[in-house]
Amino acid sequence: MEHKITTQKVNFKVFRFNADEDYLPYYENYDMEVTSEEVVLDILNRIKWDHDGSFSYRRSCRHGICGACAIKVNGRSTLACKESMNDMVDLFGSELVIEPLSIKRAVKDMIIDKGDFWEKHDAIHPFLISDVEEHPEHEHIVTPEEAEELNEADLCIQCGACHYACPVVEINEDYFGPAAFAKAYRFEADVRDDAHKERLEELHAEKQGVWDCVKCFECAEVCPKDVNPIEKITKLHNMLFTEGVATSNVATRHAVGFKHSIEKRGVLDEGGLVLYSEGPSIVKHIPVAFKMFKKGKIAMPWNIPTSDNLDEIQKLIKSSSTAKF
Amino acid sequence: MEKLKYALFTGCTAKQSTPEQMMSTMAVAKKLGIELVELTEASCCGASHLQDYDDFLSLVLNARNIAYAEKHGLTMVTICNTCQLNTAMTKHRLDENPELKAKVNEKLKEVGLEYKGTSDITHFLYAIIDDIGLEKIKEMVVTPLSQFNIAPFYGCHNIRPSELQNKTHKTAESAYRPTSLDDLIIACGGQNVDYEEKNKCCGFHVELQAPHTAAVLTGNAIAGAMDGNADWMVTPCPLCHLKLDTQTHHASEAIGRDVELPVLHMQQMVGLALGCSPEELGLQHHLAEVDFI
Ligand code: SF4
Ligand code: SF4
Ligand code: SF4
Ligand code: SF4
Ligand code: FES
Repeated sequence: MEHKITTQKVNFKVFRFNADEDYLPYYENYDMEVTSEEVVLDILNRIKWDHDGSFSYRRSCRHGICGACAIKVNGRSTLACKESMNDMVDLFGSELVIEPLSIKRAVKDMIIDKGDFWEKHDAIHPFLISDVEEHPEHEHIVTPEEAEELNEADLCIQCGACHYACPVVEINEDYFGPAAFAKAYRFEADVRDDAHKERLEELHAEKQGVWDCVKCFECAEVCPKDVNPIEKITKLHNMLFTEGVATSNVATRHAVGFKHSIEKRGVLDEGGLVLYSEGPSIVKHIPVAFKMFKKGKIAMPWNIPTSDNLDEIQKLIKSSSTAKF
Repeated sequence: MEKLKYALFTGCTAKQSTPEQMMSTMAVAKKLGIELVELTEASCCGASHLQDYDDFLSLVLNARNIAYAEKHGLTMVTICNTCQLNTAMTKHRLDENPELKAKVNEKLKEVGLEYKGTSDITHFLYAIIDDIGLEKIKEMVVTPLSQFNIAPFYGCHNIRPSELQNKTHKTAESAYRPTSLDDLIIACGGQNVDYEEKNKCCGFHVELQAPHTAAVLTGNAIAGAMDGNADWMVTPCPLCHLKLDTQTHHASEAIGRDVELPVLHMQQMVGLALGCSPEELGLQHHLAEVDFI
């Protein structure tokens, strides 16, 4: 197939800030002819080389390996060295906003203070914890199937794209975040690791742990390495139960409550589920529930439908359950 | 054109806390000449929470739901983003992994069912756009919504992960710049509002365990729509609807600013444009009063 290089005019609105000198950030405009062969990093280079030598950004490998160059284009986290300009223009048109991964952590232009990312990364003990004998008699064999379980998570390059795209990281500063969870999973899934339970306990803890994930799938969407952190988070949720680490709290009762509710009617009993999850704390929902009731939004127990062939559902729940609580 | 016919997976919310969503689905289907066969055997999809507890069990239950759509030989239509995600995700995982499919089918066999992978699964929003078409909707509009600025709220589970979602419908949708709901607003004669939060999360799934996070996300979404001069919001997801419509008090408190807008279900918006009555569409069931009709 013949490959034709095309060019087009693009207006870049580029975030500029120097924490040492500027009180507030500002945006600089650059109009450029962009070729279809270029990636976003080429544009950053051209700004620095052709327009303003003080323009600052991180890059090293230029091959999507080091994870240094992650920034945001029109709000989308991406690796500058991998992201094709053509795709960006196709998606967002010819006006592109170039910003660092996190504006509130900006130090100089595209460079941010990634300290919180590394703190979270360290907090989940990102290494193999294992009593290795000094003079082992034989190697510790990991089968290809066992390795398969953690391969995807192992591909993380710690670029931070997911972390700074995660809405919970923005709101709750204790939250470990998707990259740390994916890394934790990488070791949790490693058959050689001995610290399963200890690590899982950290991951179970309120505010910092996996139960605070809102399941927005932003992390899966942005990851340039297809690590799919939210899928790993779901696996960690499952592990909390299979390893017996999960304790009774509103989040675990909520998850388990679905099973009980489905077993009873097939269809969920929404009110019953909230009651089961919250226990006595249900009172805090009463004002809203009352308003909803007045608007005909609360089904009375006798009005909640039941699935046809409920016996099938009950039979399947008996035969297919894999977790206990 | 042959009459469009789908197997309807209502989910649980449409039968309980958002009765207006069920009403408007039926009203709009009637106007559009769509036949919906309700899957009365279906169980809850697990809403991603059963998945956290017992992933395999959730696969089996969702495969059972899909098997009933297959029995009818029909495409399954969902009316909840989270139902769509969990059902489509189940289909995708089983279709990609014969071993897993066999394991699930071993269980389904006990109740005389089989998951074959023959039914497609699509959200009602995309069924309307893909199978009826925006042009046709435009032609059918009797009450154009031309005096309204309408803010689309897409809801995560219809647009992410885009790789999966784009397999379930023909309309190509970008998770970063989704257009389907905007296009539908325009087809109904309305003015679409562009705002940053339209493809963000409303926080529904942590409402119980992380109420502050959930409330901030809801607050930001409504505030974004208000700052975009929206008269009201529209969403294809009943869970987003619950959050945006019933949690405004907590949301306002969390972001320190009074936020509230009428929030319509996608079906209610289409229904209004097609000439359904407000009662038929259940507009009386909202907390944020729908006062513009
Ligand atoms: S799915 Fe969870 S971890 Fe991933 S971005 Fe959303 S909230 Fe963060
Ligand atoms: S999971 Fe993906 S997006 Fe997140 S830090 Fe690792 S490579 Fe980057
Ligand atoms: S997502 Fe909600 S509405 Fe859909 S089936 Fe599950 S619980 Fe019911
Ligand atoms: S926006 Fe809210 S309700 Fe909708 S899919 Fe996301 S979390 Fe669920
Ligand atoms: S420069 Fe190394 S990942 Fe982009």
